[in-house]
Amino acid sequence: MRGSTQPRPAPDTVAAAAAADRPQPYAELGLTGEEYQRIRELLGRRPSDSELAIYSVMWSEHCSYKSSRVYLRQFAEKAPATASLLAGIGQNAGVVDIGQGYAVTFKIESHNHPSYVEPFQGAATGVGGIVRDILAMGARPVAVMDALRFGPADAPDTARVLPGVVAGISFYGNCLGLPNIGGELDFDPCYAGNPLVNALCVGVMRHGDLQSAIARGEGNQVILFGSRTGPDGIGGASVLASASFGGGESAKRPSVQVGDPFMEKLLVECCLELGAAGLLAGLGDLGAAGLSCATAELAAAGRAGMRIRLDAVPLRDPALGPAEILMSESQERMMAVAAPADVERFLAICARWDVPATVIGEVTATGRLQISWHGELVVDIAPETAAEGPVYHRPAARPASQDALAADDPSRLPRPSSGPELRATLLDLLASPGLADKTWVTQQYDRHVRGDTVLAMPADAGVIRVDEQTGLGVALATDGNGRFSRLDPYAGAQLALAEAYRNVAATGARPVAVTDCLNFGSPEDPAVMWQFAEAVRGLADGCQFLGIPVTGGNVSFYNQTQDAAIHPTPVVGVLGVLDDVRRRLPMGFAQPGLPVVLLGTTTADFGGSAWAQVAHGHLGGRPPSADLAAERAAASLLAAAARAGLLAAAHDLSDGGLAIALAECCLAGGTGCRVGLTGDPFTLLFSESAGRLVVAVAAGAEVEFAVLCEQHAVPATVLGQTGGDRLEVAGQFAVPLAELAETHRRVLPAQFG
Amino acid sequence: MTARVGIVTFPGSLDDRDAARAVNRAGGEAVPLWHADRGLRGVDAVVLPGGFSYGDYLRCGAIARFARIMVDLVPAAGAGLPVLGICNGFQILCEAHLLPGALMRNAGLRFIDRRLRVRIEDSGTPWTSGYQPGQEITLVLKSGEGAYFADQATLDTLEKQGQVVARYADGDPNGSARLIAGVRNEAGNVVGIMPHPEHAIDPLTGPGDDGLGFFTSAIRHVVAG
Repeated sequence: MRGSTQPRPAPDTVAAAAAADRPQPYAELGLTGEEYQRIRELLGRRPSDSELAIYSVMWSEHCSYKSSRVYLRQFAEKAPATASLLAGIGQNAGVVDIGQGYAVTFKIESHNHPSYVEPFQGAATGVGGIVRDILAMGARPVAVMDALRFGPADAPDTARVLPGVVAGISFYGNCLGLPNIGGELDFDPCYAGNPLVNALCVGVMRHGDLQSAIARGEGNQVILFGSRTGPDGIGGASVLASASFGGGESAKRPSVQVGDPFMEKLLVECCLELGAAGLLAGLGDLGAAGLSCATAELAAAGRAGMRIRLDAVPLRDPALGPAEILMSESQERMMAVAAPADVERFLAICARWDVPATVIGEVTATGRLQISWHGELVVDIAPETAAEGPVYHRPAARPASQDALAADDPSRLPRPSSGPELRATLLDLLASPGLADKTWVTQQYDRHVRGDTVLAMPADAGVIRVDEQTGLGVALATDGNGRFSRLDPYAGAQLALAEAYRNVAATGARPVAVTDCLNFGSPEDPAVMWQFAEAVRGLADGCQFLGIPVTGGNVSFYNQTQDAAIHPTPVVGVLGVLDDVRRRLPMGFAQPGLPVVLLGTTTADFGGSAWAQVAHGHLGGRPPSADLAAERAAASLLAAAARAGLLAAAHDLSDGGLAIALAECCLAGGTGCRVGLTGDPFTLLFSESAGRLVVAVAAGAEVEFAVLCEQHAVPATVLGQTGGDRLEVAGQFAVPLAELAETHRRVLPAQFG
Repeated sequence: MTARVGIVTFPGSLDDRDAARAVNRAGGEAVPLWHADRGLRGVDAVVLPGGFSYGDYLRCGAIARFARIMVDLVPAAGAGLPVLGICNGFQILCEAHLLPGALMRNAGLRFIDRRLRVRIEDSGTPWTSGYQPGQEITLVLKSGEGAYFADQATLDTLEKQGQVVARYADGDPNGSARLIAGVRNEAGNVVGIMPHPEHAIDPLTGPGDDGLGFFTSAIRHVVAG
């Protein structure tokens, strides 16, 4: 136990480090021997304990992107020419012009490791962290989403992790007052020891509100505001997020942060008021690597220097030493740079919001990051050496097992053929946890707060109104499919992109930008590195083709327990713009008598399909091919049709194919449908060919819509009509809506109570 | 003339913006009121909006009742000022003893966000006069501590005096005593309701516009004098 009565140990200073060498615990802090030597070379001496603390967290995989950076460059190199990007990769989050003087910033980020160790706080602080990224850009956060992946729904540990994660997101997001408008929930044995908790936030600003994470202007004051610093989350970025699990994870709980959403709410309002008052010369959030990251990155960006008095940092625990303060990942903190003349007004606004704020240093012209502790210099480094970190070209090799996987084609699996068998297959899929109704989860999230939520779960994409007068709004969807990516990471990343793009298009929105959360195993495994390289190449090529840039995101490596890595799981978020949200397309069939039309082309695509998994526990063969030209044509068709008011409903086809899509349309709108199929009914119902949507055409718009489909060269097949209280496939089977609903809705409540 | 309706923002209030939008859409003028200020800026009615005032720390509404603005609001409510507390606002009114009873953890121990049917039992208050007695409307319930509770004697008194303003009409969503969704004080000017009328003012963003009646009722009441 730390006791305040103990004498404070004298801190290791820069002078002491220069005077005397001694063994240092670099390995325990997550640094390799080579990295430690590199630090010594940079400094020309051993680092002080505080310097070692800074480098250990800043050079962690999580903060430095040292294994991924050589690949991530493709997102910039292949970025399509666009005038709409106001800030791109490298900022806290990308900023996209959406017209009418508005800009939107959005980003997705992982909180996987903490959410496994301590699900409630891990997931809660994942929301808090991504919200501060958006806030740091000068935007008002307006909505959140979560892409969640767990082990099998009936696994005992899932009963610990899933309810905790959902409760943590609910607790933090609801109290913060941000509507949760969508996301994903999926289950696969590969995530049993490494669940994926990816949190997305979107924020809105006027063009002039953009803030920069930069410290410049000699004499400007550095202000730390928000929560006081405590001993939580120490080493979160390094020992927790940048290492594989190997047992004893509960001992890592002190590396998980503890969230206070109430303080975050105050921080949001306070920051926005500071920005509106023009008092922010620079703004950064404290996330991974805490004060180490904020000081090093702000100072490095400004190419100036910074002097910090670490003993001025308000503490929750007075026994904390300088290295611990630098490594702490205590939540709900921000750092600002302000002109000396503005400090008084700055502090007054913070006081009005009951947000503690303290001047802890100033911008200098030395080019050095110098940190003192009770008058003694404990850090004296060039900030860019911490902020930039090493770059690794890790070995990458396609594993030989990939061939066997591809050769294990699902065509050998027994298939249903009779009507009753097809019916049973539909119900089995609807009752599989990944496809079952998600209300048990989404009902715990406030989707209504702020009053601008136009679409939310289970809609294909969440839609938020930005301007009440004009109806301008944005649509957002996240998608990822680890099974497809396992079979072919290049195609899998493109399929994730295609699905999110299609989901946004299904609301009638025009897709404009991308954020990604790349979840992989250990980069020290060449097979994982190959998966990563392929996925990034696929995503960058896909974005280039579709003409939508990647504006930012996050890489999460080390999602692996001992030798077992997760499926490579690139999760892609796509942002779209709706000029008038009143024209958005819902997914539900709400009226009888409307033509039901399938858009796109169906081939026999069962590699990695939901059917292969649910019916046979099978993963093999080839994933569907991603036809991005077809995706683009369908998206532009949907946008034109929505604008012209030709459609009553639209829904994308993905996991489980047409059968599941039709069931979801019927359930969402409370109206059945009758469809006829020409060809092999099993393939038509359950294949997962990409680039497809099902739509209900507005009354009287059949001809005009058919012409529009032809103009956009999108294959359109009239399947049947909406109406009645059952889903009927002519000549095969029919299921009453009540039975569909009961099958779909009972699954998660039965599992989780 | 129209009615000026004050919307109080406490630290952690979240639906203040929504309440202001509802007042404006109903034809009134929303006036922001700050928790730390004295005086009610001459408003004709007050809404305490939903949210997590003071983080719901200690107990929902327990800290907000000591906010500076309550020094003026409590006597004004006693003197007949129409006051509506929605969700967290309802909790604050109970903590401030302007309304009887208390709100407890949902029976399922989880936060619930869902639309549901609510029956207006008393259309005699300034906030519900635009509804028919017995009228069923669709609102959004979104709360973790929304289970209305009072002892049996209090509940009997509330029923007898017609102080139950609204009741859940399609089953018990959260363990509320006698399906109570909203109550009023004896005089009728102070109303607390757990579901959110301000989230039901436009079919584009909510389940319809059934909730707008709370705000049009109050504005009409004020204008009629």
